[in-house]
Amino acid sequence: MATYLDFEQNIRQIQEEIISAEVRYDHHAVEILKQDLAKEVEKTYSNLSPYQELQLARHADRPYALDYINLLLDKKYEIHGDRHFRDDLSIICYLGTIGEERVMVIGEQKGRGTKNKLKRNFGMPHPEGYRKALRAAKMAEKFNIPVLMLIDTPGAYPGLGAEERNQSEAIARNLLELSNLNTITVSVVIGEGGSGGALAIGVADRLAMMRYSVFSVISPEGCSAILWNDPSKVEAATKALKITSSDLKELDLIDDVVDEPLIGAHRDKEGAAIALKTYFMNSVNELKTLSDAERLEKRYNRLVGMGRFSE
Amino acid sequence: MSLFNLFGDSEKKKQPTKSEAPSHWVKCPSCQSLMYYKEIEKQNHVCPKCGFHLRIGVKERLALIADEGSFVEFDANLRPVDPINFVDKKSYAARVEEGYAKNGTYSSVVSGECTINSVPAQLVVFDFNFMGGSLGSVEGEKIVRAVNRALEKRQGLIIVSASGGARMQESTFSLMQMSKTSAALAKLSDAKLPYISLLTDPTMGGVSASFATLGDIIIAEPGALVGFAGQRVIKQTIGSDLPEGFQRAEFLLEKGSIDMIVERSELKETLSDMLKLLLP
Repeated sequence: MATYLDFEQNIRQIQEEIISAEVRYDHHAVEILKQDLAKEVEKTYSNLSPYQELQLARHADRPYALDYINLLLDKKYEIHGDRHFRDDLSIICYLGTIGEERVMVIGEQKGRGTKNKLKRNFGMPHPEGYRKALRAAKMAEKFNIPVLMLIDTPGAYPGLGAEERNQSEAIARNLLELSNLNTITVSVVIGEGGSGGALAIGVADRLAMMRYSVFSVISPEGCSAILWNDPSKVEAATKALKITSSDLKELDLIDDVVDEPLIGAHRDKEGAAIALKTYFMNSVNELKTLSDAERLEKRYNRLVGMGRFSE
Repeated sequence: MSLFNLFGDSEKKKQPTKSEAPSHWVKCPSCQSLMYYKEIEKQNHVCPKCGFHLRIGVKERLALIADEGSFVEFDANLRPVDPINFVDKKSYAARVEEGYAKNGTYSSVVSGECTINSVPAQLVVFDFNFMGGSLGSVEGEKIVRAVNRALEKRQGLIIVSASGGARMQESTFSLMQMSKTSAALAKLSDAKLPYISLLTDPTMGGVSASFATLGDIIIAEPGALVGFAGQRVIKQTIGSDLPEGFQRAEFLLEKGSIDMIVERSELKETLSDMLKLLLP
């Protein structure tokens, strides 16, 4: 059963009418309704507020890392565990191929349905998840395999075990190691990019965001509670934090926006997967034209060039 | 309620309010005992009763670590800008000015070069008094430049952290300071130059999850609160109280997250020894 947000109700109605017209074999009506749908989609999705984009980024029907892995990879083997503590299921690593290209995909995975959400810990990794990610990245470096990282997390898990096993160090270590990992790396925010827990797999040659994804230093809920002292100011906080893909591209904090279908990846998973695949393959081919030294220098300069100040 | 407590309560009521009270008396946040400010200054701001290490400012920290008169500040001219015109209940610009009025600086970081028992080093000190020691673009840039100076002069680097984490008012710009500083530290590591991270109360969030936990040697002050997530957030998430001493320096040592806990009286010698041992 698909989930529809408040501002998607007109779209829901037209889509339901299309289904009933299809049942009646009324091809003429289907044609007209499809045109209506295109118009409605254009109208609704061209003027989304930052808060609406946040809702889309968290949409329950939005493809998760595993959906993309299933749609993108031809051959695929999941690799498990950090070799020390346990296999954290909120981060998944797959070694496989996309066409002729070998690839290591590292993704943060949310779950669907209560049971799966719990299994995936709502996409909030523990330190061992980040350490598994680093192990996979290091293996990719060793065998010269391009890495695709898919970011989708509310944040790193805030819990007793996570702190005991040094969540801070796990994230920091990834930031340091990924900054000079000697293989091609591409990170894409596919849904929620929640703070340090997202950045821990967000240091790469290229950092991109799907059109309806967000990337933020703190959740708008957390920000409104702390700075406004008022949990109801979530919409204001969402706007003030500038967390949408278009905002962050404009601020030059990300390299690219991946044009997922206008209607959103949650209504067109295949279209979104094709856009992601095209972006990744183009990036890999472009990055291959650089020598290792050039690529690493470019990555380094991009990383240390972040920030605005006056002197 | 005992008679003693009754007496204590009535005594409390007679105390002048905080705004009227002269600040000659300092209350230990740990054991609540009152100390005369001159006495606590002499003791390196360590409570003589319970040994609690009180938060100290940059001036006191420099006096504690650097050889007298040796500290030369760099990059003091760096100022924050407001890259996203952030306004919550107040504007970011107003908060920065408030910080300046309170503290006399435009940054939560003072960075420079000094000698420590005659060993030269790059030293970066966080100031919790300026916007909670938060990490913004200026702070990140100062750290990267300190790393660059360390690389150029082949010196060790010491960062003294005291921070609530990333500066929300700079949003993703502040988040990116985590990767920025970590990338620079990778260069320092490749050059085999020592980086000593000193964790003081408190070191949390984006600071803890980047440069603060990347030291070759990680030292914490006794009792310092250090962690990724704030205690309130963890409590809400797990729905129960936190164990005694959770996220304190002693807890971190037991869990294997830090190398040592060093008291202020031993700090300077430990730092200079570490620099000498790692970079003879």
